[in-house]
Amino acid sequence: MALSSPTLVLKRNIAAAQDYYLLAARSVTNVFRRPRYIADAIQQADLIGVGSLPIVVLTGMFTGMVLALQSANTLNRFGSLPLIGQLVSLSMIRELGPVLTSLMVAGRNASGMASELGSMKVTEQIDAMRALGTDPSKKLVTPRVLATTFMLFFLTIISDLVGLVGGYFVSSVLLGVDSFQYWNTSYQSLTFDDVFMGLIKPVFFGFIISTVGCYYGLSTTGGTQGVGRSTTQAVVAASIMILIVNTFITRILLGSI
Amino acid sequence: MPLPENLSPDTIHKAIIFEDVAINFEGLQVLDGISFELKRGETKVLLGIAGSGKSTILKLCLGLIKPDSGRIHVLGHDVTAMTEEQLFELRNKVGIVFQESALFDSMKVRDNVAFRLLEEKIPEKEIDDRVREALRFVELEHTIDMFPSELSGGMRRRVGIARAIITQPEVLLYDSPTGGLDPITSTTIIELIMKQRDVNKSSSLLVSHRLQDGFMLATHYYDAQTKHMKAIEGQLARDLHTTFLILKDGKVIFDETVAELAKVKDPYIREYLFLEPVA
Repeated sequence: MALSSPTLVLKRNIAAAQDYYLLAARSVTNVFRRPRYIADAIQQADLIGVGSLPIVVLTGMFTGMVLALQSANTLNRFGSLPLIGQLVSLSMIRELGPVLTSLMVAGRNASGMASELGSMKVTEQIDAMRALGTDPSKKLVTPRVLATTFMLFFLTIISDLVGLVGGYFVSSVLLGVDSFQYWNTSYQSLTFDDVFMGLIKPVFFGFIISTVGCYYGLSTTGGTQGVGRSTTQAVVAASIMILIVNTFITRILLGSI
Repeated sequence: MPLPENLSPDTIHKAIIFEDVAINFEGLQVLDGISFELKRGETKVLLGIAGSGKSTILKLCLGLIKPDSGRIHVLGHDVTAMTEEQLFELRNKVGIVFQESALFDSMKVRDNVAFRLLEEKIPEKEIDDRVREALRFVELEHTIDMFPSELSGGMRRRVGIARAIITQPEVLLYDSPTGGLDPITSTTIIELIMKQRDVNKSSSLLVSHRLQDGFMLATHYYDAQTKHMKAIEGQLARDLHTTFLILKDGKVIFDETVAELAKVKDPYIREYLFLEPVA
């Protein structure tokens, strides 16, 4: 394989970042411009939201359970086992619920979007759509962005709740913590800022997952091999961006708390 | 959004005008200052070896890609100066049949053919009637509820033609519509293109690798009574409004009628046409 010059590589990366920015911006401005594809957005919400429910429930449940198991040992040493509900609820709602849910949805849907749009790109269906007078960014991208952003918000709430139930199951059945005490400390320890932080994150993450998935799909070249490459790149890029943006959001919101 | 008013001077008689158009892909000069015109009602067959820029010309016509230099007028509008938003309106007047059909594989044949009408929010009853009419034109009405994956390659091309003609566009672009098909199916496709030319009098650009496609179009006409094509039998004077354009190294080396093509002396074209070199 021929080596590319560093300047060329830099130029390509800057051009890719610019294309991504333009696509992401257009996906938002399209919301305010006709035609609007509401039926497509609802269909995507069903595919992305309802379709992701099983993996989100399982992720939330087992994360809550393992969180309770891991923290029980440390808390027990200080005689603070009754505070396990507080630890599970704060960890799940502020951090693990939004991040793990987003990573799971990224794995499922960023790849799905990249492969679907990538296949359309290499079989000239995207060009056909443009040739038929339809804007692919309005018809394909904006409905996916709206659906993912909207549904990830609710998936995160479900994941948080199921995580708390998982934590409760371990605390109550395996560790013998009183039910009322678990739920009381879980609830009492939460403030508005915790809930706000936990619910603002999925909005950003949903936007990242959908725009990254669509960007890699629409920029696919190189036939079926290219589709595979785009799919992998979309999941990797979306996951890394989620973790980076999560750090920034946490820092900004903790700074204001 | 209104289309720009920068109308070309000869928009009444010319459907497409290329003026000194050049484009390169990653340093490779694909088109190097080509100029040609497609008159209204004319069918122009684009010939050339693989990679000579034939399909690129069709994409340039629709504004799917932009040239590095030169101007392209389509139905009186300078597509090189139009935004993507403005182009969407112009594209409604131009139909295209893609090389591999490019049907939307998640949609049934009905929705593929009706795509433009669905976007325009036309009543369902009217959509059904027009879809059936377009599918009847390509003799595939029975496939209306099928998915593209259930169709053969030739049937997909014919559905592609139905999708392109459903709004009766003023210009039709065919990108290798017979590529990879058997001779019988290819003839069926060419007959449909001929029918569209002779019945609906549309202007078209046809990209092809097969010389016989062009010759058939130039020497046959569609007989509406027998519903089959017929050879013009020596009456070359009968104007079928079909011309040939040959590309070589990004330049136009021939742009004339079939009669002129038969008399050509250029060794490259004669070799391309499998003709004996001129002594």
